[in-house]
Amino acid sequence: MELVCPAGNLPALKRAVNEGADAVYFGFQNTTNARQFAGLNFTDKRAHEGIDYAHAHGKRVFCAINTYPQPDGWQQWTRAVDQAVELGVDALILADMGLLDYATRHHPNVARHLSVQGSATSHEALKFYHEQFGIKRAVLPRVLSITQVRDLAKQTPVELEVFAFGSLCIMAEGRCYLSSYLTGESPNTRGVCSPAAHVRWEETPQGLESRLNGVLIDRYADGERAGYPTLCKGRFEVDGETYHAIEEPTSLNTLELLPELKGLGISAVKIEGRQRSPAYVSKVASIWRQALDRLEEAPDRFHPDSAWMAGLAELSEGATTTLGAYERRWK
Amino acid sequence: MPSTTQSPQISLGPVLYYWTREHYADFYREAADWPVDIVTLGETVCSRRRDMKLDDWLGIGRELSQSGKQVVLASQTLIESEADLRDLRKLCDNGDFIVEANDQSALQRLSSARLPFIAGAALNLYNPATLGVMARAGMQRWQVPVEMSREDLARLIDDCHQTGVSQPCEVFAYGHLPLAWSSRCFTARRHQKPKDRCQFVCQQYPEGLALRSQEAHDVFTLNGIQTLSGACQDLRHELSAMTEMGVSVARLSPRATGMAEVVNAFDQARHGKLPAPDPLALVDAEMCDGYWYGRPGMDNSRTQAG
Repeated sequence: MELVCPAGNLPALKRAVNEGADAVYFGFQNTTNARQFAGLNFTDKRAHEGIDYAHAHGKRVFCAINTYPQPDGWQQWTRAVDQAVELGVDALILADMGLLDYATRHHPNVARHLSVQGSATSHEALKFYHEQFGIKRAVLPRVLSITQVRDLAKQTPVELEVFAFGSLCIMAEGRCYLSSYLTGESPNTRGVCSPAAHVRWEETPQGLESRLNGVLIDRYADGERAGYPTLCKGRFEVDGETYHAIEEPTSLNTLELLPELKGLGISAVKIEGRQRSPAYVSKVASIWRQALDRLEEAPDRFHPDSAWMAGLAELSEGATTTLGAYERRWK
Repeated sequence: MPSTTQSPQISLGPVLYYWTREHYADFYREAADWPVDIVTLGETVCSRRRDMKLDDWLGIGRELSQSGKQVVLASQTLIESEADLRDLRKLCDNGDFIVEANDQSALQRLSSARLPFIAGAALNLYNPATLGVMARAGMQRWQVPVEMSREDLARLIDDCHQTGVSQPCEVFAYGHLPLAWSSRCFTARRHQKPKDRCQFVCQQYPEGLALRSQEAHDVFTLNGIQTLSGACQDLRHELSAMTEMGVSVARLSPRATGMAEVVNAFDQARHGKLPAPDPLALVDAEMCDGYWYGRPGMDNSRTQAG
């Protein structure tokens, strides 16, 4: 199984490669990718350096152009595709059907991966993308249980990549418009969720409050650990109860599922987090490299090392991890 | 403001909530007499909601059809299991009514069988190239993504016409906006029940379950695995603008009470008869229209400055 790691900038890309990533993925500095953060992502020059570095070490590079081209910006998205191809990336990670069509027609020889933002949750959906656009691989949304992944893996016409570790989207990716409802900007349109420009922190007599475009997302008592106000991870009131009504702040960690994922023929495991620091990427890549190597040596006797689990928990949101939807009872 | 082009058709979207069989039957019996042109039927949210079988929908569809309505059957938006795919196949092969495809699994079934389809809003149709792909696959009409602004839509419609894509489009004009789908059921979560043994608690909430901020602001509406907007979108006053832009259909999303009044208000509006602006008159809910003006969806142009 291939280890695919996030590269939010050149130092992170190099650290990922050094720590054993088989492939890294990056985006350009604009709204064409789903991690549009200030100071993050690659200029043409940096991308060139990064791709040279990865290729010199025998690693692959994917370029994420996985937002949806907006009515006033088609050329910006096609330019990103052309630019990535000229840079010599090993694959394009795309979501929009029109952009997939463009890449298929103009760059038939460059591999196309379906982004998680393309929301393919069944083998029929994968067939659609495969027949229409010849995709080579698809990244599966984080909404499927392991049983559902198994059914899908039996009949998929393409390679499958699954999320292994990092922030957990609880909604089917690519079909979540919650962020634009509150802020006007969403993953699909602007490559952002709960964008920082709309976040306000305030100390009040009731406690520390986090707001997103004025809407109270959470309120913390003294000594409580405060998290980034991602809108689906706040505490809200439903029918008289105030709780994490949608999801707790927690990270996905599928380390213990590795033997099963390998058995299903999953081609790659993906680490989320282009917005994370090079140090974070380096630690996560290192742990997952060790785990995958151990898995290769003795798949039948694989057991997650407690030091790995502790290391990953430390790097997680709310310092807790979950198997998420892979585990049926989470739903 | 008389317009030279035809005023939009009115469509009734699928019921997003889980009602009882009697409730659906009563609702559609009444709807047969409403001034709506198109009715979209079916369960689009959760496969565990099994009170209504495909045959039940087909029966209602035939009755509405006899009352002169165009009938559409909508597919489930989040397809997860082999059982979901089996139901989807039956729906696509129904033989009577055109299907609204709400995910790529449905697109695959319909396009490979060379069946025409309506392209749903969750397919993310934001640009002429994507709409071109859909047109070649058999699209007859398409729904605008809920987050698209009037300005972007006007440009998109123009650009589509220039590239030869001329299928009509449909705007979500009234109701709580469908904003997200999850494998987790949030209604069951509120009741501390696992999804597999949810006891169909969402049937207790015929208009969803309000999710409020700790300051009692209606943020979202929980509807099983679906999350809707907390406020109700109302674009009644935009129908003439829609007509001028080339929007063909205005979709109204069913609510459990007061739907006849909503339909009548839109019917009046499309014939140029707008009552004085009173967004709270129809129902007891926060109103919004922000997306249409290129702002956060929750904004309400009638109560907020700027």
